[in-house]
Amino acid sequence: MDESALSLELKRDLISLFRQNTGALETNSGRILNLYRERAFHDFDKLGIPSTKNEAYRYTPLEKYFQGNYDVELNANPFKIDVGSVFKCDVPELDTDVVLVLNGFFHSGNKTGQLSGGVIVCGLNEASVRFPDIFHKHYSHYADSEADGLVALNTLFAQDGVFVYIPPNTVMEKPLQIINLSHSLKNLRITRRNLIVAEENAVANIVVCDHTLCNQRYLANSLTEIFAGENARISFDRLQNENNLSTQINHVFIHQLQNSLFNGTSISLHGGLIRNNFYARQDGPNCETNLNGLFLCDDKQHVANYVLVDHASPHGTSNQLFKGILDNDATGSFNGKILVRKDAQKIQAYQKNNNLLLSSAARMNTKPHLEIYADDVKCSHGATVGQLDNEALFYLRSRGIGEKEARFLLMYAFANEIVSRISVPILKERIIELVDKRLRGELSKCNNCDIRCG
Amino acid sequence: MLQIKDLHVSIDGKEILKGIDLEVKAGEVHAIMGPNGSGKSTLAAALAGREMFAVTKGSVTYMNENLLELSPEDRARKGLFLGFQYPVEIPGVSIVNFMKTAINEHRKFKGLEPISASDFLKHMREKKELVGLTSSLTNRSVNEGFSGGEKKKNEIFQMAMLEPILAILDETDSGLDIDALKIVAQGVNQLRRKDNATIVITHYQRLLEYIVPDFVHVLYKGRIVKSSGKELALELEEKGYDWIKTEE
Ligand SMILES: Nc1ncnc2c1ncn2[C@@H]1O[C@H](COP(=O)(O)OP(=O)(O)OP(=O)(O)O)[C@@H](O)[C@H]1O
Ligand SMILES: [Mg+2]
Repeated sequence: MDESALSLELKRDLISLFRQNTGALETNSGRILNLYRERAFHDFDKLGIPSTKNEAYRYTPLEKYFQGNYDVELNANPFKIDVGSVFKCDVPELDTDVVLVLNGFFHSGNKTGQLSGGVIVCGLNEASVRFPDIFHKHYSHYADSEADGLVALNTLFAQDGVFVYIPPNTVMEKPLQIINLSHSLKNLRITRRNLIVAEENAVANIVVCDHTLCNQRYLANSLTEIFAGENARISFDRLQNENNLSTQINHVFIHQLQNSLFNGTSISLHGGLIRNNFYARQDGPNCETNLNGLFLCDDKQHVANYVLVDHASPHGTSNQLFKGILDNDATGSFNGKILVRKDAQKIQAYQKNNNLLLSSAARMNTKPHLEIYADDVKCSHGATVGQLDNEALFYLRSRGIGEKEARFLLMYAFANEIVSRISVPILKERIIELVDKRLRGELSKCNNCDIRCG
Repeated sequence: MLQIKDLHVSIDGKEILKGIDLEVKAGEVHAIMGPNGSGKSTLAAALAGREMFAVTKGSVTYMNENLLELSPEDRARKGLFLGFQYPVEIPGVSIVNFMKTAINEHRKFKGLEPISASDFLKHMREKKELVGLTSSLTNRSVNEGFSGGEKKKNEIFQMAMLEPILAILDETDSGLDIDALKIVAQGVNQLRRKDNATIVITHYQRLLEYIVPDFVHVLYKGRIVKSSGKELALELEEKGYDWIKTEE
């Protein structure tokens, strides 16, 4: 691989970290989790931390974010948090089942076990022991550790996270809200691993919120594998709102069987570096995959979205719509790919990335592309990087709307195309409020949180 | 109400208006006519405060204030309204939200509380009826996908909502069918009061049958070359602009 001296050094450090802690990691984890470490080790040793020479990470200079001292927690933090109070933090009045994940560990205070209809929500590690059959059938089956050193790194250090199982023909009664919290007194490296299995005809609404409770540097490498059985319908919305010292790398692997539907919307508000990798594979005919993303960033934030939709079966549709507003020195990138395999005929796949730059220093790199091996397909892709429309701005101002408010209205309209796609109505309303505040510069990463730290 | 003196306006260093003089008093209706490209829209946009139209010389006094020093939004808040020749499409901003924001900004400027939801709806309903705008239109994004005529009606609707003191209507009649034209004219006439004034920019005498002007001005190559009573419009309709060009 293309490795710089720095990435070699980072790799060596991580490998020795693993060697020092292998014993503890394996004792703390279920057998199936440990089963995949050896291969992950091998893959990580080969791939390391992707440098900007790696095409997929060309615009995301990760290495510098990996530098510096971070603690690692090998055991769940005993820190007591009242789930109810955190819950108010970002999405209040949302009638959801809530689970908390603290520094990567499924929190012991979570009410877990079986929800109505036989839905299972529990810690990942617990699931690997209690539900070995389901677990073994899916865990690490969709995350390809050969493709990305960070995926390998996640599997290497994976200990815990959330496990969700929706049995066949089951509709989840309420949306499940997963709150990822980072809280520590020192800089912390966090590994989170989630597995979501929706069997045939299952319906699931899942909301993930990422938060930091303190102004430490966090380096989180999260990975979620999602299985959508035949006819399953999954919505998976994510709100990323961490402190601007934090680095969040986030991989989502979606595996869809025939007639299944996946809707995913990610809203990135705060966070120093946010890197989202989405891999969706349609492994049966008639699948639909919708991936939307909105990122609003300023200062020195960097938000990167990488998407690969893999049409491996015919008659599928997919839509990617990613929009970004970048101010100050913020940088962003979009790297989206539609892959249509040889026998995947009658595919409709669309991809769009639109960006607004509010300052002359803000930068956006966008690279939409298609790779098509079937002949009967309908695909389109496009990208724009532009400024706020001056004509529209003047039109609004000519009606008495002040410049600031006029700019806000235009930005809000731009963002709303994504927000309006969020599937859970109450969540949508709340996100509208948050986006509103964020665009007005009134949302700092912590001020909407009940837990005050420091 | 409005005094324009020796106004010169340039775009990208190119002089478009070359010394305009015009006075509009409360209660008056002025029509501005003139061939394509003569500078009518430039005058309207400069009055509304479009930055790209640089005033290089001259003065504009509006309600005893130097208009040129005001931002576009402050001009609007002080009662100036421009009906655009080419209304702008703003995807994602609903007309309702747009008008509510505008009205509240006007109110804030006057030191008033934001309008209540019910008052706003009532106001909106009244004005929609006045200009014959349907809810299916007002629920949509501003001008997005509107037909030419619908866009023009929407301009009059906004005017009715904001109740301006000085309205400048830039070819609001073009693209309207006869019925719509009557509705628009009726709208303008209903809003006419002793203490407000209207400048209509038009190519057609037809509109002036409904909105009867006190003065008709001919703008030609950046200057007002002729001003007269409403009969001038008829004469222009008959003879075109050639006789003015030769007269010049
Ligand atoms: N944004 C611009 N950049 C460069 N030139 C411009 C711009 N806007 C207007 N002009 C020029 O200024 C001149 C006057 O244009 P203006 O739109 O004011 O004419 P008008 O009298 O309104 O014409 P019409 O009857 O066609 O609406 C024209 O020559 C036009 O090309
Ligand atoms: Mg014009």
